Amino acid sequence: MEINVTVNGTPHTADVEPRMLLVDFIRSTIGLTGTHIGCDTTSCGVCTVLVDGTPMKTCTMFAVQADGRSLTTVEGLKRNGELHPIQAAFKEAHGLQCGFCTPAMMLVGSALIEENPDPSEEEVRWAISGNLCRCTGYMNIVKAIQLAAQNSTTGGTAE
Amino acid sequence: MTTTEHAPKTSPEVCGVGHSRRRVEDDRFIQGGGNYLDDIELSGMLHMAIVRSPLAHAEILSIDTSQAEAVDGVVAVVTGDLLAQYDLAWMPTLSGDTQAVLATDKVRFQGQEVAAVIATDPYVARDAAELVFVDYEPLPPIVNPQQGLAPDAPIIRTDKEGKTDNIAYTWESGDAQATEAAFARAARVVTLETHYPRSHPSPLETCGVIADVDPITSQATIYMTSQAPHAHRTVFALVAGLPEQNIRIISPDIGGGFGNKVPVYPGYVIATAASLVIGKPVKWIETRTGNLSSTGFARDYHMKGELALDADGRILGLRVDMTSDQGAFYADAQPTKFRAGLFHIVTGSYDYPAAHVSATGVYTNKAPGGVSYRCSFRVTEASYLIERLVQNAAYEIGMDPAEFRMLNFIRPDQFPYRSPTGFVYDSGDYETALRLAMDMVGYEDLRREQEEARREGRLMGIGIASFTEVVGAGPSKDYDILGLKMFDSAELRIHPTGKGILKLGVKTQGQGHETTFAQIVAEELGIPAADIKVVEGDTDNTPYGLGTYGSRSTPTAGAATSVVSRKLREKARKIAAHLLEASEEDLEWEVGKFFVRGSPESSVTIQDCVFAAYTNFPEGMEGGFEDVDYYDPPNMTFPFGSYIVVVDLDPDTGVWKVRRMIAVDDCGVRINPMIVEGQIHGGLTEGFAMSSMQWITYDEDGNCIGSNFMDYLIPTAWETPRFELGETVTPSPHHPIGAKGVGESATVGSPAAYVNAVIDALAHLGVRNIDMPLLPDRVWETIRSHSGAEGEG
Ligand code: FES
Ligand code: FES
Repeated sequence: MEINVTVNGTPHTADVEPRMLLVDFIRSTIGLTGTHIGCDTTSCGVCTVLVDGTPMKTCTMFAVQADGRSLTTVEGLKRNGELHPIQAAFKEAHGLQCGFCTPAMMLVGSALIEENPDPSEEEVRWAISGNLCRCTGYMNIVKAIQLAAQNSTTGGTAE
Repeated sequence: MTTTEHAPKTSPEVCGVGHSRRRVEDDRFIQGGGNYLDDIELSGMLHMAIVRSPLAHAEILSIDTSQAEAVDGVVAVVTGDLLAQYDLAWMPTLSGDTQAVLATDKVRFQGQEVAAVIATDPYVARDAAELVFVDYEPLPPIVNPQQGLAPDAPIIRTDKEGKTDNIAYTWESGDAQATEAAFARAARVVTLETHYPRSHPSPLETCGVIADVDPITSQATIYMTSQAPHAHRTVFALVAGLPEQNIRIISPDIGGGFGNKVPVYPGYVIATAASLVIGKPVKWIETRTGNLSSTGFARDYHMKGELALDADGRILGLRVDMTSDQGAFYADAQPTKFRAGLFHIVTGSYDYPAAHVSATGVYTNKAPGGVSYRCSFRVTEASYLIERLVQNAAYEIGMDPAEFRMLNFIRPDQFPYRSPTGFVYDSGDYETALRLAMDMVGYEDLRREQEEARREGRLMGIGIASFTEVVGAGPSKDYDILGLKMFDSAELRIHPTGKGILKLGVKTQGQGHETTFAQIVAEELGIPAADIKVVEGDTDNTPYGLGTYGSRSTPTAGAATSVVSRKLREKARKIAAHLLEASEEDLEWEVGKFFVRGSPESSVTIQDCVFAAYTNFPEGMEGGFEDVDYYDPPNMTFPFGSYIVVVDLDPDTGVWKVRRMIAVDDCGVRINPMIVEGQIHGGLTEGFAMSSMQWITYDEDGNCIGSNFMDYLIPTAWETPRFELGETVTPSPHHPIGAKGVGESATVGSPAAYVNAVIDALAHLGVRNIDMPLLPDRVWETIRSHSGAEGEG
C-alpha cells in the first residue's frame, strides 16, 4: 500500500506491506534509528514518537495508520540547528544513562510542556508513566523535564 | 543532599576527579545518534528468528522444518542436529558447565532454543519460525529445588554421563566447627528462612548479535551486545574453533546491561555458525519474551540463616544453609573458585568470630542464568539475608534495630578486617554512615511517631539496611572466569598537540565511562578531560580486559587509567628536565606542569612535554607519548552504606507506600558525583522493584510467569519513590585514587531496607518474614494470619 507520511517536516511516499509496524517503517524504511524497540507488549514506551503532536507507541500502530499524518522523532527535535530545550535539559540534569529510553522520554516531555508550561512533579511523573527507564530511577528525568519547562518559558537554555 | 565536602584539586577547565562533569556521550544520545546493535545494517544482511520450546521438560521426537524451508525468503533452518555436525550443539557456560545451543535430545525449560530460521527479512523469519513443527514427548517438570532434590526426581541432565541426581554444585565456606561451638555457647538463636525470588535484569535493549564472517578471508566481525568483549572473543575462539586473530568483537552502544549481557547466549553462537556457513552477515535481535524467558535470570536463592547471640545481644556466629535454583544449566557468570559467587560476604558489616555457609545448587526445568544482576556475584542475596536477620534479632532481644547494629558493627580501627569467611575488608566506618542516615531521616522522632501510630491502630514502619559489598574482581590469584584472570587494562596515547585517546578493556552500558575515565587522566596529568577521547568495545582497538560488571570498572580499569597516566607523567618529568636543563630531582609537579623547585617561573606544561616527546626528546629516550597498564588489584574493594526506608501501610489492603527513602553511600572517592548519584538512583529503584513487584515465577507445569512486561512488572515513574542521598567518604587504601565502585551498591543494599520497613510496621504483631516481592495480597494475608496475636511478638 502506498502511504504519505511527513517525518520531521519532510514528506515521504512509500509502498509498505499492510502489516508493517510503524516503528519498523521509521527505523528501516525512513532509516531514523533514534526510535527504539524494547518489548512485544506495548509496555516499555521506547518506540514513542509524536503523531500530529501526540505521543504514540509506534510498535502498536501500523505504518498504514500513519498515512496522511505528521510524525516527530528525536531526530526532529532540534530547531534551526539548536538543541531543543528538552535535549539541553536532559544533558544538564543527567536525565539519561544508557540513552535507550531517552528519545521517547524527551518527546513525551516536550509534548507535556507544550500543553502545560509549568508541570508539577506529579504531573511529570504521570505523563511519563507509560515509559520505562531501567537506569535512572526517574528522579533526574523528572528534573530534566521541569528544567526544560522552566527554560522554555524564560527562553533560557539549560547550559 | 547531605555531603561531606571534598573540593576537587583541579579547575573546572581541567575537570579532574570530583567534578560533576556533564556527560560527553549524551550529545549523541539526545540527538538520536546512539549506535545500538539493532541500528547497524550491513549489506546483504540476513535475519534470524529462534523457535523456542513451549514445554518445560520433554523429549524431542522429531523436528519438521520442510514447511519453513519452503517459505519465500527463507535461506536456512538450523537445528541442533545440524549444529552437531560442526560440534556446536553444546557450548560451555561461564561456570564450567555445558549448555545446549539448540536442543537435540530433549528440552529442559520453556523458552529453550530448538531451531533457528534465517531469512532475508525479519518478518519472514518470524513467519517461518511458526512453521517449524516439533514433536515432543512431555516429561514431568521440576519447578523448584525441593522437587529436584527429592529421591525419585526425574534427572534433568541426562546428557551428563552417569548423572544420577539434579545437583549442580555443592559448596561451603567458613569454619563449621568454630560455628558449632559458637552456637553451643549462644544464649539465643535467631532464625530466618526466606526466598530471594527469581528476577531478571531486563535492560530496555534486549540482547542481539550481527555475525559477519567473510567467506574469503574468514575474518569474523561480530557485533554484539557484550559487557565483556575481550572475554567473549576468547570464548568464541574456544567454542567455534576460529583463530582468535580473525575474530573482532564490536560492542556498540549498549542500552543497559546490568549483568544480562555478560554470558554468551545460544543466539550468538547460532548466528555466527550460520554466517560462517552461508557467507553473509546474520542479525539476531532477541524479543522481550525471549529475553525474559531464556537469557540471564538472577537470584532464586532459598536461604536459611541463623544468628547465635550472647545474653547482651552480641553476635557470636552465623550459620547459613542455602539452596539455589539454577535452572537447566549451571551458567552463573562468576569467578571459577567460588561456586555460589561471593555469597560468603553474608557475614555483613558485623564483627564476630565464626561463620559457616553451605550451599547446594539444583538443576530445575527453568531458564539458566544466575547472572549478577546489578550485583557483584550473589552479593545481593547475601546482603539481603544478613540485614533481614539482624533486624529480626533486634526484635527478638527487644533492642532497637539501629542500636543492635551499632553494638555489632566492625569498628573503624579494626580495618583491614578479616571476615570469618576469609575476605579482607579494605576500609569502612559503618557507624558514621548509619548515624548520618538516622539524622537525615529524624530517626528518634519516627520511633516516637510509630509508638503513637500503633496506639491509634495505624501501621508505619522504619527499615534499615547497613550493607557491605565486595566488588572490583579482582586479584588474579583468586579471581578468574574460565581460567581468564580478572585484571583489566588501560592504554593511553597523547598526540603531539597534547590531546589524546584512552582505550579500555571494559565496556560502558550507561555508566558514563567516556566522561569519567577522561577525568581520571585529567586528575593525573592535568590535561583537560575534554581533550581525552575514551574508546571501548572494539577488541581490535583496545587492550585486553574482562569487561564491565560487578562494579569492577572503576576498581580495575579506573586504577589502570591512573597508573598508566602516572607512568606517562614520569616520562614527562624526564622530558621536562631536558627542556628546563634541570635535574629531575629538582622538579616539582603541580597539576599540569613541572617547575624547578624554588623558581616557579621556570616551568613547562604537560603539553610542552608531550610535544617534545615527538619533536625534541632527550637522547636515548624512545619517542612518542603512550603507554599501557594491566592492573591487577591487590584486593577487592568494599563499598558500604546505610539505607533507611519509612513506609505507611494500609491494613485493609496490604498496600504499602514509601514515605521516605534515605540512602547514605560510601563508595570511597567519587570521580563524578553527578554520575555516582545517578547510579544510586537507578539501584534504589531496582531494589524497590524487587521488594515490591518484580519477579519471575513458574507454575507447576513449568510455564514461565513473567515472560513479558505485562507480567514482569518494572516500576514506572508513578510508583517509584523519591530518594534522599547522603554521603560519607572512606577511601579505599589500595586503589590509586581511593575509589571503590558504586554501580551496584543500591541494588544490593536497598531491598532489605524496603522489606525491613514493612516487617517493622508489623513486627509488634509478631511478623518476622514475608517473602519478596511484598505484593499487597501477601502483606494482607500476613496481617490476617497474625491478627489477634498482638502483644505476643
Ligand atoms: S516497543 Fe515497547 S512499547 Fe513499543
Ligand atoms: S537511560 Fe537507560 S533505560 Fe533510561
